[in-house]
Amino acid sequence: MEPDQYEYILDHYKNPRNYGKIEGADASYEEGIPSCGDVVRIDVKLNDRVIEDLKYSGTGCAISQASVSILTESVMGKSVGEILSMKDEDMLSALGKPISPVRFKCALLGVKVLKKALLAKSAA
Amino acid sequence: MERAAQNKTAFDPLKLREDFPILRRKVHGKPLVYLDNAATTQKPNAVIDALRNYYETHNANIHRGVHTLSYESTLLYEEAHEKVARFIGAPDWRSVVFTRNATESINLVAYAWAFGNLKKDDEVLITLMEHHSNIVPWQMLRDRIGIRLNYVRVGRGGELDLEGLQGLITERTKLVSVVHASNVLGTINPVKRITDAAHKAGALVLVDAAQSVPHLPVDVTDIGCDFLAASGHKMMGPTGTGFLYGKAELLESMEPFLYGGDMIEKVTMERSTWNELPWKFEAGTPDIGGAIALGAAVDYLTALGPENAAAYEGELLDHALDRLSGHEWIKIYGHGGGERLGVISFNVEGVHPHDVAGVLDEEGIAVRSGHHCAQPLMAALGMDYAVRMSFYVYNTKEEIDLAVEAIKKAKRLFG
Repeated sequence: MEPDQYEYILDHYKNPRNYGKIEGADASYEEGIPSCGDVVRIDVKLNDRVIEDLKYSGTGCAISQASVSILTESVMGKSVGEILSMKDEDMLSALGKPISPVRFKCALLGVKVLKKALLAKSAA
Repeated sequence: MERAAQNKTAFDPLKLREDFPILRRKVHGKPLVYLDNAATTQKPNAVIDALRNYYETHNANIHRGVHTLSYESTLLYEEAHEKVARFIGAPDWRSVVFTRNATESINLVAYAWAFGNLKKDDEVLITLMEHHSNIVPWQMLRDRIGIRLNYVRVGRGGELDLEGLQGLITERTKLVSVVHASNVLGTINPVKRITDAAHKAGALVLVDAAQSVPHLPVDVTDIGCDFLAASGHKMMGPTGTGFLYGKAELLESMEPFLYGGDMIEKVTMERSTWNELPWKFEAGTPDIGGAIALGAAVDYLTALGPENAAAYEGELLDHALDRLSGHEWIKIYGHGGGERLGVISFNVEGVHPHDVAGVLDEEGIAVRSGHHCAQPLMAALGMDYAVRMSFYVYNTKEEIDLAVEAIKKAKRLFG
């Protein structure tokens, strides 16, 4: 891989979008990958089952953290149903660079956490 | 680890590489550079051929039936025990029990010896340098029967606190279970000295030799340990193979580990009696083909000479440390001096170890990143996660140079 292909990921890694926490969030979830130490927390503010605001926090490798940052930009204003029907490929193709299969779990951690936050909310 | 007196390597690493078919493959279009040997090692043709030959020529169950194939399988399987016993200096091949891996070997000691012989408040002494495989079974015993579990500390330089160890051995200590060589730092511990100290206090000694047996001469008689555990797949053998050495009289006195076929002498409706060593501890049909192929790996390592392997890997280690130490943004853990295996754990300032390993993978270079199944040690040394390079006889200085270039690239990209 050539260095320029990393540009998009590196931009999000070094300048994370929607980073932080939401006080009084409607849905929150945190999960990590024990084997590599990546952790992602997502807070969501909903308005009539549509994402009104969303913030993430966490630590980990560039792929895991940049992926969540990229995700947060794309899901604003989307409905819970749209998020829950997102496919892994949708996330992977949003990264601007092919990711090796061994890194899939890093790249997909953010989507997984967001879906779990919304599912927990739906169940409540 | 005695380095060869002359600088010249006793074998030609480039010629030796031809014995390992996997080293011809490419990863992401680049020649494979395999530097994850502490996790598992690659297999020479001799091992792959032995596995194939067993299934093509001899395959039958052992210790039963009078037919020719069963007879041949049994002979080959027993011969594999003899090869391993000779390789580690065991006086009697019947004191070598085949297992699936070093983890299972340690569990065997925990269940078949410690469970029956330890009681509440007895102490097991391990070290902070242990792999999870030599921590978790003892935690299980602590929770089930109330033994105490104590840890010998590790200094920042990566050395065991041997004075502290002496102080932690008490009349309550029944077992000292210690790693021979660290899978994270490469530190080689003075297991003979530790064994002497433990025996003076009446404690038994288990040596976790998963990392040492593949890389340096190991002699159980010289060490004097009571048990020694190792994995076959880390010494060129197939995955699913490993062994436990135990002093014969100890193994005789122990209850079995797993119960069922092949480990019995006689079974009635009421009770059973146990088979002789080592079969008493090898219940059910074992990995016969794997065991025979492990025997082929031992033949290969014997021909190579463990002291020659150690000397060459020492050269690789020196070369890698030299190439890595020039950069203040590379932090190497626990190489404070003293004897080391060819294992280096490090971090690149400002770059997550996963990203370092990811960039190396794109260059065809296999390294490990993570906690290396040694979280207490990592925490003690102030690194939760790290990148690890570990060498074997088929690696070259040129491969290390490629890895160092890729590490620089990771720093350029992510740092």
